[in-house]
Amino acid sequence: MDGPSCIPAQAGTQNPEVSAGLIEAPAFAGVQPPEKSLLRLLTCGSVDDGKSTLLGRLLYDSKMLLDDQLEALESDSRKSGTQGEGLDFALLVDGLSAEREQGITIDVAYRFFATEKRKFIVADTPGHEQYTRNMATGASTADLAIILIDARKGVLTQTRRHSHLVHLLGIRHVVLAVNKMDLADFSRERFEAIVADYRAFADEIGIGSFLAVPIAALAGDNIAARSPAMPWYRGPSLLEHLETVPVGAARPETGAFNMAVQWVNRPDSGFRGYAGRIAGGTVRPGDEIVILPSGRRSHVVRIVTMDGDLERAVEGQSVTLTLADEVDCSRGEVIASASAPPQIADALLANLVWMSHEPLAPGRSYWLKIGSSTVSASVSKVEHIVEVDSGRPAGARLLALNDIGRCELRLDRDVAATTYSRGRELGAFILIDKLGNGTVAAGMIDGFPRRPGLGRAAGESDRILWLSHVAPQERADVAARAQHKLQAMGRMSFILDEESLREGLSSDLAEGPERMDEHVRRVREVAGLMSRAGLHILVAADVPAAEAWPGRQIGPDDLEQEGESEWVI
Amino acid sequence: MNAPATFLRRGLTHLEQLESESIHILREVVAEAERPVMLYSVGKDSAVMLHLARKAFFPAAAPFPLLHVDTTWKFRDMYALRDRAAREAGMELIVHRNPEAERLGINPFDHGSLHTDLWKTEGLRQALDLHGFDAAFGGARRDEDKSRAKERIFSFRSAQHRWDPKNQRPELWSLYNARKSRGETIRVFPLSNWTELDIWQYIHAEGIEIVPLYLAAPRPTVERDGMILMVDDDRFRLREGEVPALRSVRFRTLGCYPLTGAVESRATTLPQVISEMRLATTSERRNRAIDHDGAASMERKKQEGYF
Repeated sequence: MDGPSCIPAQAGTQNPEVSAGLIEAPAFAGVQPPEKSLLRLLTCGSVDDGKSTLLGRLLYDSKMLLDDQLEALESDSRKSGTQGEGLDFALLVDGLSAEREQGITIDVAYRFFATEKRKFIVADTPGHEQYTRNMATGASTADLAIILIDARKGVLTQTRRHSHLVHLLGIRHVVLAVNKMDLADFSRERFEAIVADYRAFADEIGIGSFLAVPIAALAGDNIAARSPAMPWYRGPSLLEHLETVPVGAARPETGAFNMAVQWVNRPDSGFRGYAGRIAGGTVRPGDEIVILPSGRRSHVVRIVTMDGDLERAVEGQSVTLTLADEVDCSRGEVIASASAPPQIADALLANLVWMSHEPLAPGRSYWLKIGSSTVSASVSKVEHIVEVDSGRPAGARLLALNDIGRCELRLDRDVAATTYSRGRELGAFILIDKLGNGTVAAGMIDGFPRRPGLGRAAGESDRILWLSHVAPQERADVAARAQHKLQAMGRMSFILDEESLREGLSSDLAEGPERMDEHVRRVREVAGLMSRAGLHILVAADVPAAEAWPGRQIGPDDLEQEGESEWVI
Repeated sequence: MNAPATFLRRGLTHLEQLESESIHILREVVAEAERPVMLYSVGKDSAVMLHLARKAFFPAAAPFPLLHVDTTWKFRDMYALRDRAAREAGMELIVHRNPEAERLGINPFDHGSLHTDLWKTEGLRQALDLHGFDAAFGGARRDEDKSRAKERIFSFRSAQHRWDPKNQRPELWSLYNARKSRGETIRVFPLSNWTELDIWQYIHAEGIEIVPLYLAAPRPTVERDGMILMVDDDRFRLREGEVPALRSVRFRTLGCYPLTGAVESRATTLPQVISEMRLATTSERRNRAIDHDGAASMERKKQEGYF
């Protein structure tokens, strides 16, 4: 093939003799497969930012493209490419023929590539506004998100929308890839201006840290290797970063064990095993466990696998457990460490991403699937819509396709659950339409509302009132109004405001990615201690909603009601 | 500390993670479907899928049958392994041959793409309808071609077995929605996130038995239309001037023998195959006659119900 000029020559890995067959296969270096880790990532950006091109480029640079695919790419590039004589990498990943005609990706496509260190699974998601649901789908399993920006255009509404979703779905690592630097004269000033612009927005919505890389995807600048055209950039190339960013459980050793039971294995009367995939923590034979929501207790006897019993199993492993007692445990229940079990709840506060053309009908009954449990549920209240372009709450209305709303849900029975920030496995759920059977919403649990009249006592933490959803510049005002209302009802309260917290409580913290975590931890501790003194605590600080627990969120709407309010206890 | 090294590692390797996720999928389907079945084609992907099924339900046998949609034109080695593998797994094996195709004597020499349509696509529909299976595991992987890359792990088919790529359910986290409307069936692809290299490495690491045709050996072959075809039995119709010659060949995929191209190779062990694969410059489907009908052909075939 005649390589187009935009593509530097590849190191000679593609040996033309191999397709002819008759060379001696070299001995396989390590007979065991290399111990690679797995990183799932998501690419998102606006329609023309060059997502598909970047992805095609990553496949090309990691040498995942084969001769026949390159031939097909060349012929496709001539037929329907947008790059003139050059290869149109986007054609590699724009799969369905209807999409090819329209020239946009309209669904989630999964792509795979690998380097010596890692296997990568990439969710390629659409930039087109109406397909937010597809991006949420891709984001739900991702460890890292690449947010693409066109260097000529800077931060757009779409960028904000995608960033907000990335944050909402709890993706831990964010990369800001400023693309098409070649069309912006590889300008450092332009890059830095865009990064500063994005940083301001990221701070506002709670993305604590991100890596910004200036790239030119089509030509490969700063993709696999650092670009000589941008000597001023001293960070890693995109691929270097993808290979080294930490993956896996944040705290695999310390997380509390829990596992949703998928299937009860009873080959004969002599064996009864509980099969599932470990959602968090570590389990060993002898561990004391509790079955939720029933609350029955027992001990783990064996961890059974076809390769033999294990002495220990960790998060992510599919295992079969046997228990000491003839306890009753079935699909849908959760086996958890007795020392730190998840919550039991029949009501949830959650952020819902609405994914159906038919809007949410409050009060209507849907199936809710969480872990391996499916129950009936209805949305009892839409607290507010999250304005995804700004991350701010907007007035409550019905949720329509691609809306994100903070809602309260009522379940027809108890389930074991956690907040999404503590664990995706028991913190996430889907809603299923009972008539059409479609998946209509994705939910991320944010807290557990107090159910008046059901005998569940209000705890001290119910007096902690977070203002995370209120725009920063309005927080002081809303907090003051809330305090006024509390005072009018005879309650003592205290406002923890951002300025005094940062300049006092957290003034000793060094800048860095851990700063936010430690700051939030301190705020929680202080709020907890003060609430035990009988005060209502209004937290008017920059704490993202996902981190704002225990307690509950309030906003301007909560101040509208006359008289007794649910949040005043 | 005398704990094995794996206990000291921080996380799972990519193969351990893929294995665990596939097992999770297999268990979800068994728990939620009424009458699941595993499509078993005797190829390397089927071998891995069957192995995962054994692991998922151990010490019980996998609680569903294996279904082989037969065309009567598979390699002889495949039939031999098929029966043995099912027996060893303790699973029922259902073999379905489209009676219409049998009656008409449909074959790959005379009937071109009709061979695949009638034996495989139509045969599969018949078998699913005949036995009332509502969920069928298939060994397809997303890295195989562009339209597969967008398919969900739980992929719904209308009562007419058609796939609608515009109307797929969003699939989030590992929360699979297996609810279906009357007449709908689900194809489930537990190997969606595996690549060809993952499959080979896993087969090697787990010592899974595969059809010997995947390893190089001297075999009687002819070269035709740029493909090396194996003369597996006396039904093979030689064209004028064609004389079968012994070549050292192996296969990257296995289907009907007159439609499956071999590659010349001396890789007689799995490590050698993996080694060759890592240097390979063509994708595995290149050696299948079916995929060359045009760029969007797989997508079209799938909409029509080809697996």
